[in-house]
Amino acid sequence: MTATLVYLDAVPAEGLRRPQLELLAAGRALGPISAAVGAQPSDAVVRELGEQGVDAVYTPGETDLSGFLVAPQAAWLAAVAAVAQPGAVILDNSLECKEIAGRLGVRLDAGVITDVVALEADGTAHKSVLAGSYEVRAKATSPVAVFTVKPGAADAAPASAAGSPSVQTVAVPEDAFARAGRITERTDRPRTGRPELTEATIVVAGGRGTDGDFGPVEELADALGAAVGASRAATDAGWISHDLQVGQTGKTVSPQLYISAGISGAIQQKAGMQTAKVIVAVNSDPESPIFEIADFGVVGDLFKVLPQATEEIKRRRA
Amino acid sequence: MGDTLKIVVLVKHVPDAQFDRHIGPDRTLERSESILSELDEYALEAALQLSEARGGEKAGNQVIALTMGASDAANALKKALQIGASSAVHVTDDALAGSDAWATSLVLAAAVRAVGDVDLVLTGMASTDGETSLVPAQLAERLGFPQLTFASSLDVAGRTVVIRRDGGTTSDTVEADLPAVVSVTDQINEPRYPNFKGILAAKKKKIATFSLADLGVDPGQVGSAGSLTHVEQAEPRPARVAGTIITDEGDAGVKLVDFLAAQKLV
Ligand SMILES: Cc1cc2nc3c(=O)[nH]c(=O)nc-3n(C[C@H](O)[C@H](O)[C@H](O)COP(=O)(O)OP(=O)(O)OC[C@H]3O[C@@H](n4cnc5c(N)ncnc54)[C@H](O)[C@@H]3O)c2cc1C
Ligand SMILES: Nc1ncnc2c1ncn2[C@@H]1O[C@H](COP(=O)(O)O)[C@@H](O)[C@H]1O
Repeated sequence: MTATLVYLDAVPAEGLRRPQLELLAAGRALGPISAAVGAQPSDAVVRELGEQGVDAVYTPGETDLSGFLVAPQAAWLAAVAAVAQPGAVILDNSLECKEIAGRLGVRLDAGVITDVVALEADGTAHKSVLAGSYEVRAKATSPVAVFTVKPGAADAAPASAAGSPSVQTVAVPEDAFARAGRITERTDRPRTGRPELTEATIVVAGGRGTDGDFGPVEELADALGAAVGASRAATDAGWISHDLQVGQTGKTVSPQLYISAGISGAIQQKAGMQTAKVIVAVNSDPESPIFEIADFGVVGDLFKVLPQATEEIKRRRA
Repeated sequence: MGDTLKIVVLVKHVPDAQFDRHIGPDRTLERSESILSELDEYALEAALQLSEARGGEKAGNQVIALTMGASDAANALKKALQIGASSAVHVTDDALAGSDAWATSLVLAAAVRAVGDVDLVLTGMASTDGETSLVPAQLAERLGFPQLTFASSLDVAGRTVVIRRDGGTTSDTVEADLPAVVSVTDQINEPRYPNFKGILAAKKKKIATFSLADLGVDPGQVGSAGSLTHVEQAEPRPARVAGTIITDEGDAGVKLVDFLAAQKLV
């Protein structure tokens, strides 16, 4: 049993998000859990953390960490670790959290394992490497292990025994802000109402073959309740937001279903999607490399095939 | 154009991702067919642009390529010199093999200190082999420098560095005081290729080589022995095989949905 500290950067007042519940479940697999919450949680959230088996909640009190880039968060989390004395720390796999994990690893002399897809009770972490071509099992050899865990690594569920956690303030170290990046301007991305790309069970992605018209891709995505993704050719052209890029320099996704439309399947694109359970490809060029990895491929015009599929799904649902 | 800059660019020598990459029986990556990591070319380009905007090498700006790796990692440095770096530093030592990010950042931090008076450390967004993006953050922590990471644009004015960072749900402008560690994405610029003049000029440029002893780093803290993570097992993922490929005869959309239904995906 390893006492585990789970870091949640911020919890919405209305309650924990599904990926946060998964993170807590991943922690429970290792041992008793406590939570470090980067912003003051509501009473309802504290109750919910109790239902998740959290026995202590640590907060930075009134100190606002949101205006800085990761260094103060790492300094604070190290201070929490000094109090909670965990054998493992778990964070999510976002850019910020991976970097907080990295800095925390230096502060605690702890091995850091990123991109974890499954975690065993003895601290063995599973992840894929080399653009999804190898599966590895890795362990930290240090007294404290730090993991950043991907969505879907554990099933969200309440703990077998609920508790009522204590809430403690751990002060952010004085010097934490001295040499930190300061966020001087922040714009929120427009919300689409679609699932988050990295959390979605279905992704429909479009590439240069859309010629700038993502309508058929978006309509199929909406019929399937899917997230929309894109190749770099599509994001570079400015047809769609860069944060929807899938691939080596974009997001890595492992959905149940990935539908690729008008994408050739370059190695850098495959790096982000080839661990999908099922791959469907629509491409007008039969020689396109995407067909080498597709479970079902259609040689055809996406402007004909996608709308027909969308209509068919709606028809069967009606 | 303001003060001159001394910039260290971190370049890694990595197996070319265009070929199949293999993990050997010792659970480390086979490193033949290696190249300068293509994502680090963006960092080098960003450094050269900052230098050139201040009058380049002639005006006293320096762009120093730094790598940690086996003897053939010098090839990554040669390429960086051909592209335009002014000098290069190679940290190499038999004890380094198998270093994880924790150990790598320890050594790179010692090397940056050895270079001395560095204003900026520029890195790629991720190594194309390790893919963790941990090294820039850990290096910043060790040096006590601010980190500005995943920059899609980069500006230095006086002693302030400003980047744009496109995160998961927000797009941020982030600034910090120099010296700083900055990692850049493939959105930031179009890296240049080495030209004939650059290739000739590179022959006259120096590569300084450091061992762990030169840097005062304890060999027990690096390599497989000193690293804090250990790969217990590595297995190739079964290659995906092509499934059913059909040619649209007017009903492929319906057949596609048939397939999804058969797989219980709709
Ligand atoms: C450092 C680096 C990082 C990179 N990172 C990424 C990354 O993260 N993600 C990524 O995707 N790429 C990345 N790339 C780019 C990658 O190499 C490819 O250039 C890119 O994926 C191509 O995008 P595409 O498939 O949309 O375009 P193309 O390769 O041009 O393919 C378009 C496809 O659309 C098909 N098509 C055209 N019209 C139709 C139609 N009407 N119906 C159906 N099919 C049609 C064509 O047959 C073709 O196969 C990176 C490259 C570099 C150098
Ligand atoms: N051995 C190394 N030598 C030089 N630079 C490195 C090395 N390892 C990592 N880096 C730098 O750190 C960045 C991120 O690497 P990583 O943290 O491994 O994903 C790379 O793009 C390089 O700029």
